[in-house]
Amino acid sequence: MRVDVMVIGAGAAGMAAALKAKEEGAEVLLVERDERTGGILNQCIHNGFGLHYFRQELTGPEYAERFQEKMEKMGIRALTNAYVKRVEDRRVILVTEQGIEEVEVGALVYATGARERPFGSLMIPGDRPSGIFTAGVAQRLINIENRLPGKRALILGSGDIGLIMARRLTLEGMEVVGVVERLPYAGGLLRNVIQCLEDYNIPLYLSSTVVEVRGRERLEEVVVAKVDEQFRPIPRTERVFKVDTLVLSVGLIPQVELIENLVVKNPTSRGVGVSNIGQTSRDWIFSAGNCTVIFDLVDYVSYEGETAGRYAAKFVKGEIPREKIPVRPGKNVMVVHPIWYTPAEPLTLYLRVKKPMEKGRLVVGRFAREFEDLVPSEMLRVKISDRDLEGLDEIVVSVEEVN
Amino acid sequence: MKAVVIGGGVFGSLIARELTKYDLEVTLIEKNLDVGWGVTKANSAVVHAGYDDPPESVRAQFCASGNAMYEDLSKELDFDFKRIGSFVVAFNDEELKELERLLKQGEENGVPGLTILERDEVLSMEPNLNPEVKYALYAPTAGITEPWMVAIAAVENAVQNGLKLVLGESVVGFEKVNGRVRKVHTSRGEYEADIVINCAGLHADEIAKLAGAEYVPLHPRKGEYILLDKKLQGLVKRVIFPTPTKISKGILVLPTVDGGILLGPTAEDLPEEMKDRPITTREGLEKVREFTRRLVPSLDFSLVVKTFSGLRPESPQKDFFIKVSETVKNFVNVMATRSPGLTAAPAVAKYVVEELIQEKMRIPLEKKKDFKPERKRIVHYSELPLEEWRREIERDPRAGRLVCFCNEVTEKEIVEAIRRGARTLNGVKFRTRAMFGRCQGGFCMARILKILERELGVDMSEIKMKSENSWVVNGKVRE
Repeated sequence: MRVDVMVIGAGAAGMAAALKAKEEGAEVLLVERDERTGGILNQCIHNGFGLHYFRQELTGPEYAERFQEKMEKMGIRALTNAYVKRVEDRRVILVTEQGIEEVEVGALVYATGARERPFGSLMIPGDRPSGIFTAGVAQRLINIENRLPGKRALILGSGDIGLIMARRLTLEGMEVVGVVERLPYAGGLLRNVIQCLEDYNIPLYLSSTVVEVRGRERLEEVVVAKVDEQFRPIPRTERVFKVDTLVLSVGLIPQVELIENLVVKNPTSRGVGVSNIGQTSRDWIFSAGNCTVIFDLVDYVSYEGETAGRYAAKFVKGEIPREKIPVRPGKNVMVVHPIWYTPAEPLTLYLRVKKPMEKGRLVVGRFAREFEDLVPSEMLRVKISDRDLEGLDEIVVSVEEVN
Repeated sequence: MKAVVIGGGVFGSLIARELTKYDLEVTLIEKNLDVGWGVTKANSAVVHAGYDDPPESVRAQFCASGNAMYEDLSKELDFDFKRIGSFVVAFNDEELKELERLLKQGEENGVPGLTILERDEVLSMEPNLNPEVKYALYAPTAGITEPWMVAIAAVENAVQNGLKLVLGESVVGFEKVNGRVRKVHTSRGEYEADIVINCAGLHADEIAKLAGAEYVPLHPRKGEYILLDKKLQGLVKRVIFPTPTKISKGILVLPTVDGGILLGPTAEDLPEEMKDRPITTREGLEKVREFTRRLVPSLDFSLVVKTFSGLRPESPQKDFFIKVSETVKNFVNVMATRSPGLTAAPAVAKYVVEELIQEKMRIPLEKKKDFKPERKRIVHYSELPLEEWRREIERDPRAGRLVCFCNEVTEKEIVEAIRRGARTLNGVKFRTRAMFGRCQGGFCMARILKILERELGVDMSEIKMKSENSWVVNGKVRE
């Protein structure tokens, strides 16, 4: 089998990519390893999706449905329960219940999203009982499988998912005794801190972390301690929470494994490195979404997916410029995306600062603008025009702290 | 003739299988919900060459011989065993002296192929070792395996040959007539016995006490471990030991059979009451990091997949205690099976059945004519050549439906694991490697719960992670 553009992953990025590639006239095959399209959107039944993209507040499944309907209308072929075993030189080995197939592709859009950092990787001492879930697993159990993970829970990590799960568990009848965050500020968006914790009187324990879990069979106790600036637990600040459930929201990891040996990674995000048109270091492989960098909003993921899809189709037609100017982080910048600039499109830049700043001045080439209340947990998205980047052979992104 | 084996670790499982070669009724009683979950589950997974043990010890008697049996055993029972060899590395001349002592001791123990290599050769074979290494004792016969799989495979094969497997029942007492055990009482029932073999791991001393037999007191010696991602495959090709001390073989760096890198163990003696608490500690894990970095400086701890701890049954004598009881004449103790227990187990199993039962106890056993020595593993389709995998999918589409993406486990494998006796999440995990990968079940746990629910015909809230009280979900959100 041969297709112009194969899209791997039918989440927010993949669906948008498939649609745009099709609009460009390419023959598209969308493959998804799960049972349905939509990706993680399917289990995110809270609202807040689509404010940018649809100018409307939708739930995850509603957001996904809009794309699914469009895909149906445009006749995009989506293969679910399809597992990509290998990506080779312009070839993809696909495993499905129908068999194993080798697909020749003109271009690939890699949109595999992220996975959650699991409990095991945190090196938390103690027992190994049941009752410890990542937020995503807890979310899936509740929202899709209709099952409660426990009775009384503590949440580790105040990223958006952790905050949203604190509310969800409470609404579904579990008792949430608190959210623990090792940073001195919440990890998620301010609106989520208010809507998910404050509105439900759930305490947020800042500069704290889980130092031990106890329970021979099911989880019984979680020990939390204060941490110093290097996140080292401070002795004698321990506090014991009697809970049967620990929900972890301690970060997402871009899933790069399948093409890791084929492409250059973004050193700041550990995701797939791409240009502003979604192209990786291997010209026929494009990539978008949380496998490139962890985005704050699904709307951004869709925008990036569209770009990658459109240019993957253009690539098949031989219509894209080869020029790639490197973009790299400068002062106070922790994460920057993309890592190359191809002058076919304006540069939409995503970045996270290294530390909270009341006021910071973003400088990119000849572009400069001041921003207020910068925090690492909130992604900055800035469009920079071609004019500001003309003639540069390297683009350094830096933020000067303004006093 | 009825034999009851208590404990389904590597010892109990291999002894039970050995017994099914003969014409007798064999019952294996295991208190956990699956076999191989006690001491067997969490150790270094090393099949030791046999140079560590003093020649006069019982350990030495069984280590090199057990090692020699692994090749055939792994073929018969179809579990992974890789004879990758080991290095004991020395950083100075004093440590070299210890290597020389080990070499001599190993030769006395009958360990083949031992040599001491010098720096250049060591580094050409293991380029990621600390370049300050000066010498290494090379033992080509050392190997690695999956210890729980040895137990699972042995029990599956034994069941094919008539073993009665009793899971989730703990031994609570013995009924004796004329100083011999006649019945074994468990938390749920009773089993008649003409021979009892006590392989209860950390609890073997308590079981012996219950029966009125001799025992050595056991305490847990804890080892903490860190497992690193498969991305590091090839970082070391052999089992890397530091020069041992009097207390332990040291903290090692070794590959796992499925491509990860395992670091550990620490060695910490704990009081008896900690027998069921294999907990990890901040200090222990830190120690593992620090010591293994000395061996392999480039270890990347951002690639930690999980940490765990295991307990070894240690006695004051620091040696195996494998004997027919003097006071309870039909009772055999297989006790204090600390390291190298995994290695010794196949040799001990033969010894118990051929020498202790048949010769020492003078119980003549008749060989079964129809014993089937072979057991087949659950096919891991993603390891097959694509052409073969394709044919399997044609036969059964579930072989083409991936459930665990990190370790590429299909629905067909999970259903097969359940058919073979997995009733819990960990039962599926240890039999298929699903949930064992880098996401640790983040994508597949919920799907596996559903498959267990469907295949076992129970409600999801009935499914446990490992033991009776390790429930996974509470109940429905709404009816």
